[in-house]
Amino acid sequence: MEKLNSPDRRSFLHKFMQGVGYSAFGVIMWSAYLNQAQAKNLILRPPGAIPEKDFVSTCIRCGMCVQACPYDVLKLSTISDAISIGTPFFTPRKVACHLCSDIPCASACPTNTLDLNLLRVDDKLSINNSKMGLATINTKTCLAYMGLQCTMCIRACPLADTAIVLHNERNPRTDMHAFLKPVVNPDYCTGCGMCEHACPTTIASIQILPLSLTKGDIGSFYVIGWKKEDEHRLDVAKSTDIKVQRTKRNKKSAIDNVNDVDGILKGLYNE
Amino acid sequence: MSSFIYKNRFLIPRRLTQLLIMTLYIGANAYGWNIVRGDLSSSIFFDLIPLSDPFVVLQMFFGGALISADILMGVGIVLFFYAVVGGRFFCSWVCPVNIITETATWLRKKFNLLEKENAISFSRNIRYWVIAITLILSFIFSIAAFDMISPIGIAHRGIIFGFGFGWFFLLSIFLFDLFSQKYGWCGHVCPLGGFNALIGKYSLIKVTHDKDKCLYSMACFEACPEVEILSMVGMISKPITGASCIKCGQCIEVCENDAFKVSIVSITKQIKG
Repeated sequence: MEKLNSPDRRSFLHKFMQGVGYSAFGVIMWSAYLNQAQAKNLILRPPGAIPEKDFVSTCIRCGMCVQACPYDVLKLSTISDAISIGTPFFTPRKVACHLCSDIPCASACPTNTLDLNLLRVDDKLSINNSKMGLATINTKTCLAYMGLQCTMCIRACPLADTAIVLHNERNPRTDMHAFLKPVVNPDYCTGCGMCEHACPTTIASIQILPLSLTKGDIGSFYVIGWKKEDEHRLDVAKSTDIKVQRTKRNKKSAIDNVNDVDGILKGLYNE
Repeated sequence: MSSFIYKNRFLIPRRLTQLLIMTLYIGANAYGWNIVRGDLSSSIFFDLIPLSDPFVVLQMFFGGALISADILMGVGIVLFFYAVVGGRFFCSWVCPVNIITETATWLRKKFNLLEKENAISFSRNIRYWVIAITLILSFIFSIAAFDMISPIGIAHRGIIFGFGFGWFFLLSIFLFDLFSQKYGWCGHVCPLGGFNALIGKYSLIKVTHDKDKCLYSMACFEACPEVEILSMVGMISKPITGASCIKCGQCIEVCENDAFKVSIVSITKQIKG
């Protein structure tokens, strides 16, 4: 027992537990911060950015995209921006992306966090393929939806008449004017934010939201019946996506069900 | 005046190098100079030679990132440089935090603050534990863990791209070094310094001590930020082989009788001792 109480052993354990104490405190604070600073989806990244979760781990935070940006659109986040520190982002209401055709930001990236391959469609590299976000319109504050002839967003849009189109509608209030309502086409909107920058309302009525918030997904439950090629989407869908519950009704093929007049009349399918 | 320059014959070039490097980065961001672009995490020289911080890339690797060829090449070049010149060369000749902590230490000496043994004394090996914790946290959170809180990152990115509240982080390190622990950050905690020390352990450039010239003034012990590496001073004539030597040359500056000098020592000689 005397050996157990030796001063060496006591001081070793004391030192050791002291270390454990300090490091537990430090590591908890550190982890809490890391957890906060991890992927936040409420941020607009430069053209060609890989998905946000990979973005924060792959970006080396060198700022070369920020230095390459000729219009000072991109900023490097500081500790006060409450997003992963040292990563590039932009705020379209302040300065919107000018969609430079030579793509200086993504070309400067040494880590492929801004991946030029994501800007390539059918082997053609174009800044117009970028998907930084999607313009979304608040139709209750948009001047055009109230009947004014505003058209500021479509005039600012670099892909006017494809990414934003104007829909003509009769204005029933005056019965002699037309609405010129801007409508965004998600297939073409790059998320550059020129429209948000140009919007004359106090808080922009057309705003760029990150794709993670606005991108819908039809999933594998629905197939567009009038498009032959849409069925192939199911071939690549993960098998776990498709879970069809077996009921009396869908045991038979669709055509058999339709032809089974007797069954329908007899109310056979009161599941 | 000339004696002032002689007395600071390492300090002046070191400060000039630190300022020059930061100026080039700022110029690249603000005026589009094309000498060196990027920051201390990763940069490119003359649009040709990539440079990347090995510790940041290691964290990214543990975080599960795909490392591109450009970055690997940059890491290779930096590793080679560190292995030849010494990894902690970065600490005293490039790192902007070094200016903060050395200013704190200078003030500490000037005002004779707390030179006695402190109540809490930190081990200098903490930094190696911090490396391990950094890599574990990087793995768990899939993010370069130290880079997220690194005062070095905050400092150089702040200088080049703007600070935000990063000032407070640097201020806290300044106060920690000034009042709590002498060379607290650089000499005890910083995992980047620890990592660079490990890389440059057998670097060719070393400071060599000559015991026959030693006057036992202990001035070098006062000046050295990593005193443990001076264990042979006054006893054995040999190169300072401790990995944590930051190559700042302060021992050479303060020595009255030139008992230290810079020399090139082969690896085989270092391993034999």
